[in-house]
Amino acid sequence: MAYALCFLLFMIGLYCAVVKKNMVKIVLGIVIMEYAVNLFLIMLGYLTGGVAPIIERSQYDAKTQTIAAEFLSASVDPLPQAMVLTSIVISLGSLALMISICIRTYAKYGTFDITEIRRLRG
Amino acid sequence: MSVPLPMFVAIPLVAAFVLPVLKGTLKPIATVLANLVTLSLLVLAVMSVGKTSVYEMGNWSIPLGINLVLDGLSSLLLLAIGIVGAASMLFSVRYMEQYTAKPKYYSLFLLMVAGMNGVVLSGDIFNLYVFLEIASIASYALVGFGCDHEELEASFKYMVLGSIASAFVLFGVALVYANTGSLNMAQISETIRRIGMNTGLAFALSLFVAGFGLKAALVPFHAWLPDAHPSAPAPISAMLSGVLIKALGIYVLARLIFTVFGVSVPIAWVLIALGVSSMVIGVFLAVGQWDFKRLLAYHSISQMGYVVLGVGLGALILARKGDPLWASLAILGGLFHLINHAVFKSLLFLTSGSVEMATGTRQLKKMGGLVERMPYTRATCAIASASIAGVPPFNGFWSKLILVIAAVQAGFYLLAAVTVVVSLVTLLSFLKVQRYVFLGELPENLEHTQENGGFMLAAMAFLAVLCLAMSLLVLHPALREVVLQPAVDVLVRAATAPTAVVSQ
Repeated sequence: MAYALCFLLFMIGLYCAVVKKNMVKIVLGIVIMEYAVNLFLIMLGYLTGGVAPIIERSQYDAKTQTIAAEFLSASVDPLPQAMVLTSIVISLGSLALMISICIRTYAKYGTFDITEIRRLRG
Repeated sequence: MSVPLPMFVAIPLVAAFVLPVLKGTLKPIATVLANLVTLSLLVLAVMSVGKTSVYEMGNWSIPLGINLVLDGLSSLLLLAIGIVGAASMLFSVRYMEQYTAKPKYYSLFLLMVAGMNGVVLSGDIFNLYVFLEIASIASYALVGFGCDHEELEASFKYMVLGSIASAFVLFGVALVYANTGSLNMAQISETIRRIGMNTGLAFALSLFVAGFGLKAALVPFHAWLPDAHPSAPAPISAMLSGVLIKALGIYVLARLIFTVFGVSVPIAWVLIALGVSSMVIGVFLAVGQWDFKRLLAYHSISQMGYVVLGVGLGALILARKGDPLWASLAILGGLFHLINHAVFKSLLFLTSGSVEMATGTRQLKKMGGLVERMPYTRATCAIASASIAGVPPFNGFWSKLILVIAAVQAGFYLLAAVTVVVSLVTLLSFLKVQRYVFLGELPENLEHTQENGGFMLAAMAFLAVLCLAMSLLVLHPALREVVLQPAVDVLVRAATAPTAVVSQ
C-alpha cells in the first residue's frame, strides 16, 4: 500500500513535469519525482521497531564470532539511507542549476511560460 | 604493467576543481593543464586496451565496498572518450576565445569527462548513477554555456528530460536493490540467474530502458537532442554527440541487458525496434534540415540506431540460441560503428564549428564556395562525410558492411535492406552539405573568410587520419583481437555462459 502511494507520488511528479507550461512548475514536478524515489529508498530500509545498525559489545560473542539474533532481526538496513543522502545532494545540485537557468531565461524573455519561449522547433 | 583505474576519474576530477582558480595572467596555464589532462587520459586509455582488472576502493572486498571494473567493453569506450576528449580540448583552445570564462569551461568539460569515465568503469549500479549525474549536470551547464536565448531554452529542455531520465534510473536502481539485495552488478546478475525475473525486476528493466533510452536519445525519446547538441559550443557538440550519448546511454543499456539482466527475446525485439525507428526517423528528419549543426544532430540519432540495431540483433540471435558466430558478428558491427561514429561525428561537429567561426552562420543556404577559402576544413569534412555515409575505404563503410552481412546471415533480409537504404539517404544528405557549404557560388559577404589554422586544424587532421586508420581495427586481425573482440566477448560470453561474472 505504502509502495503504491509512493508510485502515485512519482506519477504525480511526472505528470506535473510533462503537462505544466510554467517553467517553475516543471522544476517542481521533477523535484517531486526525485522525492518520491527518495521516499521509496527510505521505505526499503524501514523496519517497524528497528534499531540503528550499530552493534554493542554485549551483542557480539567473540569466542564463537556470532552476532546476537535479536540484533540481526531488529537492525535496519543502513545502505538505503546512504543512498538517499547521496541522491538528495545530487538532486540539490541539479535543482540549483535548473533554477538558475529559469532565472536567466526569465531575464531574457520576461516570462516563465514555455509556450511563449519557443524559438527552437521540434 | 597494470592500469591505475582510479586515475581515469581522479585526474579530470582534481583538475576540474583546480582550473577555475587560475585567473588573469594564469589563464594560459589553465589551457595547457586542461590539454595535458585529456592527453594523459588518452594515453591511459590506450594503455588499458586489451587488459582486464578490478580495483576495490579503499581495499574493501566486493560485497562491502565499491569497485571499478575494466574489461574489453569498458576499454573500448575509454578509448573513444580519450580520442574525442583530446581532439575537442585541442580544438577548444582557439575556438573558445569567442567566449569568456575559459577556465570555467575547461572545468565543466573535465567534470563531464570524469563522469563518463566513471560510468564506463563503475562496477555497481548506484555508483553508476552518481557518475551519470556528474556527467549529465556538467553537460546541462555546457549546453547553456553561451547564455543566449536559444542556448538557455535548449539547456532547460535537455535538463528537464535528463532529470526525468535520471529519476527513472534511480527508481530502477532502488527496485533492483529491493529485489536482489545487492548493488554490485556481478552479484545482481548471479541473483537474477538464481531467482529468475520477477515483476519488480521486469519493471526495473523497463525503467532502465526508458531512462537510458532518453539519455541515448533513441526515437521516441529523441526530442531534446536536436536542440541541445547544436546549441552547445562546437567542441562540446562533438563531445555530446561523439561520446556522451554512447557512454551514458548505449553502453549502460548494453551492459545491463547482456551482463546483468540477461538477454531474452522480448528485450531483444525492443532494442531492434528502438534501433530501426531511430535509424529511419532520424535520417528522414535530417534530410530536411538547413541548419548545419542541427542536421548533424539528427544524423547522430540515426547513426545511434545502427549501434542499437547491431547489439539488439546479437541479443536476439543469442536469446533464440542461434549461432553465436553471427551474434558476435552483429555485436562487433554495432560496437565498431559506435567507436567509428565517435570519431567521424565529432570531426563533423568540429568542422561545423570551424565553418561557423569563419563565416558566423550555421545556415546552409547562406554559405557556399568555401572550398577556395577553407581547403583544409573542406578536406576533413569530406572525409568525415564519406565515413558517415559508408563510402569505402573509410571506417563507416566497414562497420555498416559487417552489420548488413550479420543481418543477412541471420535471415533478417528486411533489416539489411533498411540498413542499406538509410545509408543511401545519409549519403544524399551529406552531398547536400558538401554542395551548399563548400561548392557553388561564394556569397559576397563571405569574400574575406579565412581558414582556421593551428590547433583547430590539428584537432581536425588528427580525427581525419583516424577516420581512415580505424578501418585497420577490423581489417588487421591482430588489432581486431586486441581492441574489438574482447568487447564483443564480454557481451556474448555473459549472455551464453550461465555462470558468467561481470567482475572477471
